Formats: sequence, structure tokens, C-alpha cells
Amino acid sequence: MIQVNGLTKDYGARRALHEISFDANQGEIVGFLGPNGAGKTTTMRILTGYMPPTDGTAVVAGYDVVEESLEVRRRVGYLPETVPLYTDMTALDYLKFMADLRHIPNSEERAYETLEMVNLKDRATGYIGNFSKGMRQRIGLAQALIHRPEVLILDEPTIGLDPAQVVEIRNVIRDIGKDRTVLLSTHILTEAQQICDRVLIINKGKIVAEDTPDNLQSRLVGSQRVVLRVRGESDELPAKINKVKGVRHVEAKPDGSVEFEFSAGQDVRPQVAKSIIQAGFDLLEMRPVGMSLEEIFLELTRDNATGKKSS
Amino acid sequence: MRNIWTIAKREYNHYFISPLAYVVAFSILMPLGIYFAIIVFATSQQAFSGAPPPDITPITWLFCFLLVFTTPVLTMRLLSDEARMGTLELLLTAPIRDFELVVGKWLSALLFILTILAITLVYPIILHFALVSPGIDQKLLLSAYLGVILVAAAFLALGVGISAIFTNQFASFFVTFGLFFFLWFMVSLPANLLPSGGDALNYLNMSSHFTDALNTGNVKLSDLIYYFSLIALGLFTGTTAIEIRRWR
Repeated sequence: MIQVNGLTKDYGARRALHEISFDANQGEIVGFLGPNGAGKTTTMRILTGYMPPTDGTAVVAGYDVVEESLEVRRRVGYLPETVPLYTDMTALDYLKFMADLRHIPNSEERAYETLEMVNLKDRATGYIGNFSKGMRQRIGLAQALIHRPEVLILDEPTIGLDPAQVVEIRNVIRDIGKDRTVLLSTHILTEAQQICDRVLIINKGKIVAEDTPDNLQSRLVGSQRVVLRVRGESDELPAKINKVKGVRHVEAKPDGSVEFEFSAGQDVRPQVAKSIIQAGFDLLEMRPVGMSLEEIFLELTRDNATGKKSS
Repeated sequence: MRNIWTIAKREYNHYFISPLAYVVAFSILMPLGIYFAIIVFATSQQAFSGAPPPDITPITWLFCFLLVFTTPVLTMRLLSDEARMGTLELLLTAPIRDFELVVGKWLSALLFILTILAITLVYPIILHFALVSPGIDQKLLLSAYLGVILVAAAFLALGVGISAIFTNQFASFFVTFGLFFFLWFMVSLPANLLPSGGDALNYLNMSSHFTDALNTGNVKLSDLIYYFSLIALGLFTGTTAIEIRRWR
């Protein structure tokens, strides 16, 4: 559904994309993960026909994005990073306008149906200018869905939503992704893990890794970090933990908790728990600390620097 | 065509919720109303002394004069604001061609001016039926109104073109207003001082193509070509500016 080959984009002298290539198939949700300025939005803008690439080709829904831009745009739904809304229109009028631009018959009916999909039917006649950020985000998503596109491109779709709405939007996206192609960008790792079938990590205009979220994490996470808390405070605790075989980098935190690391595949948590309980501490909490996106990036860029390319 | 109409319809409706559009309508209709009252008064006085029949052309002339100042307000935000608010990204990724977007925007502004112009039709109707016979010259009326429409269409096309270049609507306004002021009042001023090229400057002068031509009942091809060229230039500039925006 999406085939990208050697895509390059220059903004003046600055190269924003360096010959990136990837595919996305029907029924697949592909996550685009990367820090700000990595080239996510640029790639999406090229795929939606907003701007042409400097070099390389991209085929979306069977059409070339440069040669057959209009055909591509007919088949793609796009939610840009800054949600493009006319604040002086009602939600219904806005969606009707978008439906008319896409020549959808019975645009009003379709607008209502789409509002229902994003759970905003009861606010159909409200002015978008009075909507909260989460509602605006959902209207933006509705606009991208109005023509039931084959390919959906979403630039940070859950940004600015409250946790309940995030779950809701993720469910909507997952539903849509069953029989369509979804490409979404995010910088939240858990989000990519939860909804994407495949993740592309992009940094400085290059794809540095491509895999399923689980593989990616297990490949990258060489060691597991755990935070541990006991009742009261104790100076002996770090030393106690340090004695357990396999434990590394024990660190007492200012808030009284202790963090330590162990190699993945060699889970020492039971031994640690046993030893501190035997020492008379009341164990209150022990939980893993996920590897943050920043750490994954550091990991990946380090890989690149030493020549071990990960994709 | 359908896309042009969709764009134009939305934008036309937008004028009626925008205070600025009412300010524009007011600043056209208010002076026209006062001027008309004066004309009616003068005509009714002269009617007894066998004066010439009432004339609509002062009204159409004033309308065009006011367009120089008011049309930049109507066009300044048309594309500038879309670019600033990010909604341009929406339109440029919708399945519409760049020229359909530009023409749609232009058409909306033209329809708004035509709405105001339709209101002014009460003046010739009053002059024709309510005052002295034999009424007004109907051929002149048609020619003068055609002139107003062409002047408005040319101004608005140039305005839309400039609006596509700037993200800041005030920049669009001042550049547009400056251009109109130049085309209407200034361009032919140095014509007599130059050793050559004076004719070319005179041809560029927008007011002469109206005041000395269509507003006297004289419909000439050269004047029509002048206005159509400006319309084409404005719409072409707008489309090109959008295209360039894509490539940046």
C-alpha cells in the first residue's frame, strides 16, 4: 500500500531525509518513531502529496505521489501535526465541507457517521473554536476518516489528549487498521508498542531500525533496570542488594528508593526480594523501569557510529 | 468546477460571519447612499428646468473608487490566513488542484462584491422609475455595471494572488493596497513627462479603462482584454505562489 524508495528531501542546503526506504502493507499499522526534527513530518507530507521529494519515489495506494498526486490524495486520509481546523465553523459544517471536497454523496449523513466514530456526535453543532484540544484532535481525525481512505497517515494523533481519550483514539485507530494501512508518527514508545504491528525508528532523516515493537525492545534492552522501595529508610539496603549475584549498578535515590540493573535473561528479582526480606526489611515495591525512547536512541545512534547498522 | 464551487461557497458564507466584511459593505454602501441622496436631490431640482436625464455613472464611478480601498480587506486573509492557521495543509492534501483553490477563493470574494453591487441596483431603479421620464440610459447602465464587475474581478484576482504569497495578512493588505493605489491613481502620472513609453503607462492605468471607457457606455475590446489580463495575471500568480510553497 505504501512503497517508499530512496526518498530524499532537501530544505535548501539542509538535508531532512536521506534516502529512506520502507513498505507498509494493507491491514498493517506502522509506527514512525523519532524525536522532533527527525523527518517524520517531512516523510508524511511527501506521502500525502503536500510536497514533492527532492529525490526517490513513493507509491501510495498504487499511485506515484508526484506523477499522480490527485489520485493519491483521493485515497489518503491525513491528520497533520497542527490539526487544521476552521475555528469559526461548527464540527458538522467542517466535516461536510471536507466531504464535499471529496465528492461524497450525502455529505451530511457521512459527517454524522464520522462524528460518531470519534465520539463527538453530541457536539455536532458546536463551534470548533469552543472545543478542547482533545476534541479538536478528534475532529481532525474525523476529517482524515471522512472518505474512509485506504491509507491513513496520522502525525502524532494522540498528542494533547487525556489518558481516557488516548485509549479511545488508539482503539479507533486499531479498528481502522484492520483492513487499511495506517502510518502514524509518535514519540511515545508505549504507544508504538500498543498499537503498531511494526515500528520504524527514524533519526536525523535516516531509518535507524525497523522491527516489531517487541523485537525492537528486546534487541535493544540489553539489561533491565528495576526500582525498589522498602518501608522506612536504610543505608544498608544498597549494600545488601549489591551482594546478590547478577546485580549491577546499585544506586540509592534521594527519595529513599534504590535502583539496580541486571542482565536481561537473567532475572534476579526473586533472589533480591528474598534477601532483603530475610534481612528484615518490609518490601513495598519492586517494578521494572522501561527503557525510555531517549535511551533507545542513544543506543541506536551509538550502533551507527560504530558501524553496526541495525537495520 | 465542483471543487471551485465548494471552496467558494465556504468562503462566501465566511464573509457573513466576519465583522471585517460588514465593515467593507458599510464603507461601500454608506458613501454611495449619501452620494445617491445628493444626486436625487439635484435631479429633482433640475427636472423642472429641462436638465439632462438622471445619470447613474457617478454612483458606479464612486463604487470603483471605493473598491481601491476595500477589496484589499476582502482578499488579504483569503490564502494568507490558511497558511498561518495550517489549514492550507488540509487543502493542499485534499484532492483539489491548486488553481481550483485559488479560483474558488477569488470567486467567493467576487460573489461578495456582487452581493453588495446587487444592493446598489435600487439606485438605478429609483432613478429610472420614480423620478423624471425618460428615465436613465439603460445601455449605459449595463456598460457601467459591467465595468464595476470587471474592476472588482481584476482587483480581487490580484488581491488573491498577493494573499497567496504572504503568510501575514497585514503584509498582504499593504502590498495589495499599494498596488491598487498605484494602478488606479499613480501609474499614468509620469506619462507626459517621459520622452517615450507614455502610452504604455496610460494603458496600464486602471481608472482610465473604466472612467473614460465602460463608465461612458463605450464597451471596447481593448478595455475588456485589459481587465481579463489582470484577472489572469492575479490568478496565475496565486496558483504559482501556492505551487512554490509546495516546493519549498
